[in-house]
Amino acid sequence: MKSLAELQAIKEKMQNKVSLRATEGEETIRVVVGMATCGIAAGARPVLNAFLKEIEDRHLNNIICTQTGCIGICRYEPVVEVIMPDGSKTTYVKMTEDKVARVVTEHLVNNKVVQEYTIGAYEK
Amino acid sequence: MKELSLNILDITYNSIKAGADRIEIGISESTTGNLIEIEIRDNGCGMDDEFLRRVTDPFVTTRTTRKVGLGIPLFKQSAEDAGGTFTITSKVGEGTAVYASFQLDHLDRAPIGDMGSTLVSLIQANDQIRFIYRHKTDQGTFVLDTDELHAQLGDVPLSEPAVLSWLHAYINENLENIQGGKI
Repeated sequence: MKSLAELQAIKEKMQNKVSLRATEGEETIRVVVGMATCGIAAGARPVLNAFLKEIEDRHLNNIICTQTGCIGICRYEPVVEVIMPDGSKTTYVKMTEDKVARVVTEHLVNNKVVQEYTIGAYEK
Repeated sequence: MKELSLNILDITYNSIKAGADRIEIGISESTTGNLIEIEIRDNGCGMDDEFLRRVTDPFVTTRTTRKVGLGIPLFKQSAEDAGGTFTITSKVGEGTAVYASFQLDHLDRAPIGDMGSTLVSLIQANDQIRFIYRHKTDQGTFVLDTDELHAQLGDVPLSEPAVLSWLHAYINENLENIQGGKI
């Protein structure tokens, strides 16, 4: 069984690393997941958890994952917005757990928007 | 909603929006009593009697992006579809408590589902809120208090990915232990 004492080990490992995580610095990428009733019902929770897992597995220190309420396009939920350090914003719609890895690899790591998942591709 | 854990996630966002800094989530499963009870209790801003009366109406919401609010009506429906009851009590300046019960063996009772993901989602974005989670079954009780996590972690925030992945595994392991794998 895991015990709370294990957090001590994580704490020691993290303490020198925490300073590395940019707190809204210039290089920070923000991933915002819509988590209102519409988002949750459409499957936002596994999408959020998949992002958290990818960020952890790949040790991506420059990404901050946050949550927001309903942004008014409920029919496209789950909606994820990616805001790059230069301020450019991409809105991904109808996200699924399976789409997350590709968004992380292509967009967050290699700075190439996954066009086919964006709202632009769906609105055509 | 496919799982009660999704209703819980959704309803708890109301508590967060109400400015609560302490939120208690309680689940009790009793096979002998054939009953599941869920309670979400916060110390947020609360609601006045007039709003409280209308709050289970889908056409009442505080949001401005659209005119419907389905969180509470959906949770109420989940309970009533499964032979249970639903109540909200609230007091301005003190907080709100949402209670729902379910007949455990009712055909239309949604599964409790993935509480690990629900709790991680809530804790991830709300480091400043104290969450106290109590889950009781016939096999035992699991309690998670984020104050205890903070006491172990010191300055390291709960939103650190390494902490969250540990926490997810910790919750799943403890719940499996008291639920025996069946939810």
